[in-house]
Amino acid sequence: MLNASLKELSALLAGKKISSFELTQTFLKRINELNPALNAFITVDAEKSLAQARAADERIAAGQADLLTGIPFAQKDIFCAQDWLSTCGSKMLANFSAPYDAHVIEQFNRAGAVNLGKTNMDEFAMGSSNETSFFGKVKNPWDVSRVPGGSSGGSAAAVAARLCPAATGTDTGGSIRQPAALVGITGLKPTYGTVSRYGMIAFASSLDQAGPMARSAEDCALMMNVMAGFDSRDSTSLEREKEDYTRDLNQPLKGLRIGLPKEYFAEGLAADVAKAVEAALSEYRKLGAETVDISLPNTRLSIPVYYVLAPAEASSNLARYDGVRYGYRAPEYGDLTDMYQKSRAQGFGPEVKRRIMIGTYVLSAGYYDAYYIQAQKLRRLIAQDFETAFKQCDVIMGPTAPTTAFKLGEKSDDPVSMYLSDIYTIAVNLAGLPGMSVPCGFGDNGLPVGLQIVGNYFAEAKMLNVAHQYQLATDWHQRMPLLHGEG
Amino acid sequence: MSLTLDDVKRIAHLARIEVGESEAQAYLAQLSSIFGLVEEMQAVDTSGIEPMAHAQDVVLRLREDVVSEPNRREACQAVAPQVEAGLYLVPKVIE
Repeated sequence: MLNASLKELSALLAGKKISSFELTQTFLKRINELNPALNAFITVDAEKSLAQARAADERIAAGQADLLTGIPFAQKDIFCAQDWLSTCGSKMLANFSAPYDAHVIEQFNRAGAVNLGKTNMDEFAMGSSNETSFFGKVKNPWDVSRVPGGSSGGSAAAVAARLCPAATGTDTGGSIRQPAALVGITGLKPTYGTVSRYGMIAFASSLDQAGPMARSAEDCALMMNVMAGFDSRDSTSLEREKEDYTRDLNQPLKGLRIGLPKEYFAEGLAADVAKAVEAALSEYRKLGAETVDISLPNTRLSIPVYYVLAPAEASSNLARYDGVRYGYRAPEYGDLTDMYQKSRAQGFGPEVKRRIMIGTYVLSAGYYDAYYIQAQKLRRLIAQDFETAFKQCDVIMGPTAPTTAFKLGEKSDDPVSMYLSDIYTIAVNLAGLPGMSVPCGFGDNGLPVGLQIVGNYFAEAKMLNVAHQYQLATDWHQRMPLLHGEG
Repeated sequence: MSLTLDDVKRIAHLARIEVGESEAQAYLAQLSSIFGLVEEMQAVDTSGIEPMAHAQDVVLRLREDVVSEPNRREACQAVAPQVEAGLYLVPKVIE
């Protein structure tokens, strides 16, 4: 049952072979046993989850079930869920019990899914290793001395370790794809505007996008059917017809043109990652696809551009944490300004403070044009690189991350080297395109490698099929880490 | 561009984050290395390029001018650090 797909679980539930209550209990028990070693969850509330499971069982008995009714999902702790702690990995929100549901949570509730708990994450989604969480580091289930990636590291570790059938994540610069790659699962960041940001705690609003993290492309497609869709409460939600993301899952890949950006296979890419990605490309050629050499010349600039724009937006978004309406307030202070300064100094961790300060600086008088506007101009050049590339190919492929999972602590004192680990994912957010990571083998140290698939705007259904066909031909996505204490 | 300790203190004040002397030193080193990375942007000639604020060219939607939210004052204030008689409490701002 731990390895069952969402479709299989749905069939078991519909056929009364198992109840949602039993299924939820199974995963809660597993979380109880294995989470102490991984720290993938911030909040688990068996009573609430089991109450939802009972309601799902009633709905199934009444013959009113949807496909995902009764299936438990872990939710990244960036999503507000009513009466659940919604901490965003920060001391600032450590006691914040959300007074409302995020759109994504509402959609899962509407589908009759069970909330299995809230997963750990980098504080305010700022990080690539899940080491900046106020609630402690998350460990990679393949090797607990290594990072699971970030910022959706808790969701990634939970899915990889089979602590949940699937989970949600969010991706501002690679936060779904990079952890998916580092723990060997499948993750999709949809086109910007596809999934509503309502109730999703904001980091960089022009880049943030939620998506599914699961064990297969097919599972991701089923989750997208629940998560995506127009929502008037998000001003950048796109008014589009509802899509069935599973519609292309049986298309052959013959004639598919795969673009290989030379910049993604250049210096900085570890040899073992390159080898696994090359092997995946050979598999795609066997499936009838052809590869085309392309160039995304401004790739290198995406890191400086991102580390201007994302902190700028963050400094503005995080100004709301003032110790007045919600969140942490310092126990002792003098006047109002002192109260703000102490509450924010004590409530935010070092990485968040660094980014707020970078953002404050690039938006301040005298620097705005040189940094913020220059970065926005370069953002357009980066987006145009993709526009040009998609005239030559249907999808773009390359590595998701330059290396396999690094050691805990290896990069945490050096922000710049940490930032460079997002080199292949960031440009996709800047352009607003959809991107995926799919497991494609293992590196020298036995750690998973992810293949990145980037599509044109709204090409999710096609990309999911491109991943699905590969997963029909290979079994990398079914490999599971052996965990200590498992019995 | 090189950042000074005074710059760091000024930024911290603008961001309303209290920073002690030794902390400011640490931030100076970290922010300087990040700005070293950011400087790479300056080498590119971007004259004539329109800044891109957003991934999609969306126009801000307007809605009907009608009540759409119920009053949830109690639920919203339940998460506030200090509330009295339905009001948020802050240190005295007018002497």
